[in-house]
Amino acid sequence: MSVTHDARIQVRSAASTAQRQAARGWPDINNPAAWIVGAILLIMPLIANGFFLIEIFATTLILGTIALSLMFLAGYGGMVSLMQLTIAGFAAYMVAVFGVSANTNISLGWPWWLAVPMALMLATIFGTLGGALAVRTEGIYTIMITLAIGAAFYYFTNQNWAIFNGHTGINTVSTPHFWGVDWRWDIPFYYVVLAVAALCYFAVDYISRAPFGLALQGVRDNPRRMAALGFNVNAHRIAAYAVASFIAGLAGVLQVWNYRQISPGSVSVGACIDVLIIAVVGGITRPIGPYIGALVFVLLRTFALDFLVRIGLDGNRFRLLIGLGFLAIVFWSSDGVIGLWQRWRQSQGRQADRPGGGHHG
Amino acid sequence: MDSVAHRLSAVGAGAALELRGVTRLFGALAALTDVTITVRPGERRAVLGSNGAGKTTLFNCITGDFPPSSGTIRFFGEDVTHFPPYERIRRGLRRTYQISALFPGLTVQDNVYLACCGVSRGRFSFLRPGQNDALMHAADALVQAVHLTAVKDQRVAELAHGQQRQLEIALALAGAPRFVLFDEPAAGLSPTERAELVEILTSLPAHIGYIIIEHDMDVALRVVESVTMMHNGRIFKEGLPEEIQSDPEVQELYLGGGHE
Repeated sequence: MSVTHDARIQVRSAASTAQRQAARGWPDINNPAAWIVGAILLIMPLIANGFFLIEIFATTLILGTIALSLMFLAGYGGMVSLMQLTIAGFAAYMVAVFGVSANTNISLGWPWWLAVPMALMLATIFGTLGGALAVRTEGIYTIMITLAIGAAFYYFTNQNWAIFNGHTGINTVSTPHFWGVDWRWDIPFYYVVLAVAALCYFAVDYISRAPFGLALQGVRDNPRRMAALGFNVNAHRIAAYAVASFIAGLAGVLQVWNYRQISPGSVSVGACIDVLIIAVVGGITRPIGPYIGALVFVLLRTFALDFLVRIGLDGNRFRLLIGLGFLAIVFWSSDGVIGLWQRWRQSQGRQADRPGGGHHG
Repeated sequence: MDSVAHRLSAVGAGAALELRGVTRLFGALAALTDVTITVRPGERRAVLGSNGAGKTTLFNCITGDFPPSSGTIRFFGEDVTHFPPYERIRRGLRRTYQISALFPGLTVQDNVYLACCGVSRGRFSFLRPGQNDALMHAADALVQAVHLTAVKDQRVAELAHGQQRQLEIALALAGAPRFVLFDEPAAGLSPTERAELVEILTSLPAHIGYIIIEHDMDVALRVVESVTMMHNGRIFKEGLPEEIQSDPEVQELYLGGGHE
């Protein structure tokens, strides 16, 4: 019980901070930091080599978008879903199954522009059905049901050979070629990923101030009152799962293009939980949080290994570093890195105010 | 919308709210026993009774927050006994809560805007409201009607108690209400705020009927034309305010006890 209770309180108190910047316009349009980050992301291929571009930044944006779908559900809707990676993985599998791959006995060989919409549609249906099961519960039971769906899918992919090709998965998945461009080349692929991530980010930000998003936050804060205002609370929650599933599905398509293969290891229970860690470390009150969390996670995963080997430890212990970082952030800030940043900004603001106040006196 | 209620009341066609034999059990405890009430469209009625008399349970059964264990509830002639709350609200029923049930993280304006969305087709809209959004204008008008325009961009958590009670009423008046259930709207209000509440209630359009639960007789008896007394989950007495006030049994049970 206490776990549920704590989780809900955390979501709520975090949510109220998010509302403070409740301007009706675009929140970041006057924020110079946002413009600088946007510009750096746009000119990244000039700065970063292929490794950084794909292994660090594209991977961050893909994982961040999966975590964004969790942030949408948890931050605005108060529903912690552990199946977001599963939905992304399902979309990835569907791209491989309907599209072209080396496993010709399984892949149907559809062109990408047919396979991708099909994969997105099926992933959205899958996530919506999972959501329809989960919305009948609250708190820890939502977590358990979605985790069970994730675990069931993982074991199913391991054991099913007809569609999912068992533990070997589907390999050498083909990626789009058109207008004379191989879109899996590092630079075009980076821009595709950036465009999709930006689209999802702005869509979530936009919806949060539209009636649907406001109502979702109302459902999080007081479902009973929402029903007394004429809202069908469960329908609203299920619709939120549909939106989140579509976002996770988009990220799943990018993921299978990134690695050109998909296997059960990519949809393991551990990976499902990584998405939760990413979202919480970054902060689940604002859409930027999951991307910050994903960057921290990818940097640690990539470089902690070298670092640990250099100081004479087993490189596989990088998860220990992630775990310690996770503990530290959750301990000092219930709202992840965003929360730490905001508190630092506020303390700076107070210091700046003090001499200013002197003038009046 | 409004005109439907008008027409119904004009020809006297049926009741706004009709409860027949409504019983609500919580385990072995009967919170309501065989309650039968008929309220005309536009009628304003007080429900009085001591704590535990079943007043709030009565509201919860009418809105569908808890379904009744037995009995039927008709709203403007339609049997709504098994409807979920939101279906009843969309038909023009509204309620307020004894303990304010607001959205503290959102602004006053957004709270009222949400209420307006809930009873419109725009409740699933993915588009932000524009400059000339009809629901936004409706929300502005409601905020003004409950005298909260000065604080409309403040977060509800920052409002004073009295302002939160006024907002509670605004949420119940969104859209085209035909019948409202007010659950102790004056709870915790200062005398000035009570006067303001009386003014808000008496200035409601005549076709909007309501039931009000209120312990403060000065408020309750000034804003209603009929009174239902409840005791131990049953209807104890019904009548005009002056009849109830002068009834010795009622005074014994409730008024006397309360004013000693």
